[in-house]
Amino acid sequence: METPKAIISVKNLVKKYDDFVAVQGLSFDVYEHEIFGLLGPNGAGKTTTLEIIETLRDKTSGEITVDGFSVDKQAQEIKQIIGVQLQAAGYYPNLNLVELIELFAGLYGANIKPMEMLEKVNLQDKAKAKYKALSGGQKQRFSIATTLINQPKIIFLDEPTTGLDPQARRNLWDLITEIRNAGTTVVITTHYMDEAEQLCDRVAFVERGEIIALDTPDNLIDQLVNSGFERKKEVKKANLEDVFINLTGKEWRE
Amino acid sequence: MQKDIQNSNAPSGANGYSNTTATLALAKASFRSIMRSPSAVVFTLAFPLIFILVFGFLGGGGTHIDVGITPGSDVNNPVIGMMEKTGMIRLVKDKTKAEFDKLLEKGNVDAMIDVHRKVNAPAYSVNVVYTSASRDKGGILKSVLNNLFYDKTLKPSVAEIRESTITGREYKTIDFILPGQLGFSLLSTGVFGTAFVFLSLRQTLVIKRFFATPVKRSSIVIGEGIARIGFALIGALFIILLGHFFFGFTLIHGAVTVVNMLLLATLGVIVFMGFGFIISGIAKNESMIPPISNIVTLPQFLLSGTFFSIEAFPNWLQPISRALPLTYLNDAMRKVAFEGLGLWDVKFQIMILLIWGIGIYAVAVKVFKWE
Ligand SMILES: Nc1ncnc2c1ncn2[C@@H]1O[C@H](COP(=O)(O)OP(=O)(O)OP(=O)(O)O)[C@@H](O)[C@H]1O
Ligand SMILES: [Mg+2]
Repeated sequence: METPKAIISVKNLVKKYDDFVAVQGLSFDVYEHEIFGLLGPNGAGKTTTLEIIETLRDKTSGEITVDGFSVDKQAQEIKQIIGVQLQAAGYYPNLNLVELIELFAGLYGANIKPMEMLEKVNLQDKAKAKYKALSGGQKQRFSIATTLINQPKIIFLDEPTTGLDPQARRNLWDLITEIRNAGTTVVITTHYMDEAEQLCDRVAFVERGEIIALDTPDNLIDQLVNSGFERKKEVKKANLEDVFINLTGKEWRE
Repeated sequence: MQKDIQNSNAPSGANGYSNTTATLALAKASFRSIMRSPSAVVFTLAFPLIFILVFGFLGGGGTHIDVGITPGSDVNNPVIGMMEKTGMIRLVKDKTKAEFDKLLEKGNVDAMIDVHRKVNAPAYSVNVVYTSASRDKGGILKSVLNNLFYDKTLKPSVAEIRESTITGREYKTIDFILPGQLGFSLLSTGVFGTAFVFLSLRQTLVIKRFFATPVKRSSIVIGEGIARIGFALIGALFIILLGHFFFGFTLIHGAVTVVNMLLLATLGVIVFMGFGFIISGIAKNESMIPPISNIVTLPQFLLSGTFFSIEAFPNWLQPISRALPLTYLNDAMRKVAFEGLGLWDVKFQIMILLIWGIGIYAVAVKVFKWE
């Protein structure tokens, strides 16, 4: 197997909000054409990290390059090669889906057919609907469609499946896998460990702004099993959810 | 060469990005959104039209101004003749000086006029006395008289006057009301529309999503501006044409006057949008926008000569009126529409608007928030 090429490289990333240190010295690489998962409890710093890579927030210190571009000096270039789905975002009011896609095509300077974009996420029947009138899963699919408009090299999906029913989630997994198979690198955050296990080539666990584990889901599970871990109910030895709980503890987070 | 090939392979190369495309895409989206937003349409069109309808019908044949002819005045002269032909001036004759003084005091007569032939010259000297009891009509009379004297038909030689036909203009209520309503429509579109849009785009994180695209901030502002100005001008054109064809609003030079009015409207909206940018920056949520906007719009609605000539206000209020930008927009609009002046003739009003614009945008740059 050839050595994978890093398309995103994060070194010693630190982010402070006033006195509060949200991200403390993160370092990781994302390889080309992989699906990379950022996992971790609420408030761990996943969204903060993603938005700094996306050039939407300033970092306090550290170095980040995206496809060779530095976030400090080449934000504009980075924006042209990435697609971004924000954990919380809205769309221009009073416009239907086709019109929204047209707007984004203009903003990216991309020459695309809106209906084809909607077909990719199976929303062609909702072409004339307003964003507000979509169901949760349809909204997420639409958001993903907007990330594909500029044929990006990398897309960032911040909790795309939160609040979706199991079918909608599996639907999205298929979509995300297709996008990756078409050659796009995917960085995703999720709170569903089955999803990360199923979808991600590699995952990083973030806890209080630090990476506490980074590997393929398989390796992480194996490590846990080898350490003598056993599930109470013996169906399978363990799943990634066990790794998550084991790594980050059981108590409730804010 | 090598570099070019690489760039053309990139999904959207840095060289290929067009700010103009992005700006226009935003303008189009924003315009569509405005046209579908009921409040925008109500503020820009419905309110002004209601007032125009009400005053249009109430006003009927237009305002009349009663002008007394001072006993002893020359009555067979072209000045008086032209005033009679305007159709709005009713001349009151054959009363004594004492009777006139009483009428003038009560405002039953709006002004007195005294015309004398100058000694040794073919010209006339005209002496007008206004009354504080009827300031608004006095103001109208003033502009009618200015208008008559400005008119090339009234030359100081009797022979020349006889040569040309005199077409007096009727100064109707609509001629006063429409520019005022137009000005107010521009003010509310500029202030409310801009404030609401930028606050809600910021709060619903639409702008944040925009920032994840290569679009420039200036494109966002300019795109929104183009849409809002376009919408305001369509509204203005609609109001002007409706006023002209249904209520006889006077457009002295026809299409040229309309174009001049639209240019003034553009300047007005741009200045007023500045208030909107400021308000979107200081408002914490949408419910704070109407009260703050009203602080800006209501005084101008009441004091800028929207319904009454500001001459009708008490003396202490007039300096306030004369400080407000809408006063100058209204003034310029009326002069352009009724008196037929060109934009250069209202350069003073334009200059005041520009000064306001510079001041407002200087503040807007400081308080505007993107996130
Ligand atoms: N704009 C901000 N100002 C101050 N603190 C912030 C800001 N944004 C995030 N934080 C704090 O930084 C920490 C990390 O937040 P972040 O949104 O990155 O977490 P997350 O891992 O994405 O959580 P979640 O799983 O809930 O989405 C949190 O404690 C949060 O309160
Ligand atoms: Mg988050």
